[in-house]
Amino acid sequence: MSGDKLSEENVGQQFDRVPATDDERTVAGRASRAEICTYFEDRFGIDPAVFDDYTFWEKGAGKIWVYAGESPSPAAIEALGMTCLRTRQEHWKPTTDFVQRFGRHADDCVIELEDDQAIRFAAGEDQEIDWDGDWGYLIAAHELAGSLEPIGVGLYLHGELRSVVPKGRQRAID
Amino acid sequence: MKSLLVCYIDGSRFGYINEDSVHQPHIDGFETHKRPPLKSRPMEPLERYRPIIDDFEAFRAACERPLGITARVNPIAATPGQAIEALEADGITVEQADWNPRVLRLDTTSPGSTWASFHGFIHTQEEVSSVPAVVIDPEPGDRIFDACAAPGGKATQLAGLCEDRGTVVANDNNLGRLSALRFNAERLGVTSLAVTHQDARNFSLNPLAFDAFDHALVDAPCSCEGTIRKNPTTLEQWTESRVHTVAGVQKGILKRAIQATRPGGTVVYSTCTFAPEENEAVVDHALTETNCRVSPIDLDLEYTSGVTEWNGDTYDSSVEGTMRIYPHHNDTGGFYVAKLEVTDE
Repeated sequence: MSGDKLSEENVGQQFDRVPATDDERTVAGRASRAEICTYFEDRFGIDPAVFDDYTFWEKGAGKIWVYAGESPSPAAIEALGMTCLRTRQEHWKPTTDFVQRFGRHADDCVIELEDDQAIRFAAGEDQEIDWDGDWGYLIAAHELAGSLEPIGVGLYLHGELRSVVPKGRQRAID
Repeated sequence: MKSLLVCYIDGSRFGYINEDSVHQPHIDGFETHKRPPLKSRPMEPLERYRPIIDDFEAFRAACERPLGITARVNPIAATPGQAIEALEADGITVEQADWNPRVLRLDTTSPGSTWASFHGFIHTQEEVSSVPAVVIDPEPGDRIFDACAAPGGKATQLAGLCEDRGTVVANDNNLGRLSALRFNAERLGVTSLAVTHQDARNFSLNPLAFDAFDHALVDAPCSCEGTIRKNPTTLEQWTESRVHTVAGVQKGILKRAIQATRPGGTVVYSTCTFAPEENEAVVDHALTETNCRVSPIDLDLEYTSGVTEWNGDTYDSSVEGTMRIYPHHNDTGGFYVAKLEVTDE
């Protein structure tokens, strides 16, 4: 596929920079930069200006990457920056690594855990916790070294916080 | 073809050497000579360095001591103060290295089971492994090539030194190890990494947005002699012919990295081995074959100069400006670092 012609369908093995807005979309179902920034702002209160120096890319259907470096689009490469968001599903889901990297900018849908709750969350355990806010994907955080540190993504439903920290990232903290 | 195990100071890795091309003294059920296997005399290959190491007994003694646990603070996630506070809250005593406040010596055997690690405040990395990126001393916005990047300790360190602004192209020829690199990079919150899967000897910049790097790191696959404190069995597979084989690969990678770097840029060559064939001889080859010169290194670490003569070979006198770090110098693993400046001609 040539670089000067916009893709018309998602190609799983290459990185395509997402369109700036919905109007510029040429690939059905692909999230735009505006949509991605609006999601992070509406759901977590992250100021879109946080992403001014970053670009967003799609590789694989619905997997969005955030990148600070230079690259042509499309790019035939193994990785650009970090995976940040899963789209093309009813409820978009941010990644644990994105939440740890950018979650400090969030002031909405952040659930603060006590020490023992934080340890269980990092180990991948589900737990019953009271929460007055929205259901769905939350940022779980705890107090560490003088600040509130995001641990990862939790799914809150029916009084239960499910840890969705990926298996490879789960840890038994001593 | 199956690959032989070669490694970096961060651990063993599959590399560029084909099993068929390497002499193996012992094949199952078929002794090729009558000396006892290297397993029963693990330090013997190091005897060849007696003529070039001043205090050889101190060197031998250090090689037999196990290595302590060290970690590097990841500036993308935390300051040294925050990392130390988080580690101390987990009951771990921390000592900062004099030469680099981001290098922490830890009194634990499981640094991975800490909040500091979980949050990416720290990355477990041998102390000397953090030397090459510090020698490159990059700036935000730089375009940097890490030719043999997996599992990513040095590439993520380079990104951190650039404040995660710029482009660090982290390349490796092994897909499995690239997945370890990606895991580490994401855990450390690095967003400025572009990951490629190429043979570094023929690296193509075609997939990239630019046609030259500002700096490059060649942390080359090597015979790993310097990791003996971490992997006591590392010398069991040692043969001199293997040293020569890997040196050929190293020359090819360093040459390509220099060609891919703009004049005025810095290329750092490093290994975790003592063999001059893999160190000064490779740099000497680059000085002859490419446009570069040796640059001085200014680090507050104990070390000795590069050697200019070895086994009847002589090297360009400027390789004296390269750095040999022996285990007894700073109580670390063994390491070799050369800093090269790319020239116009």
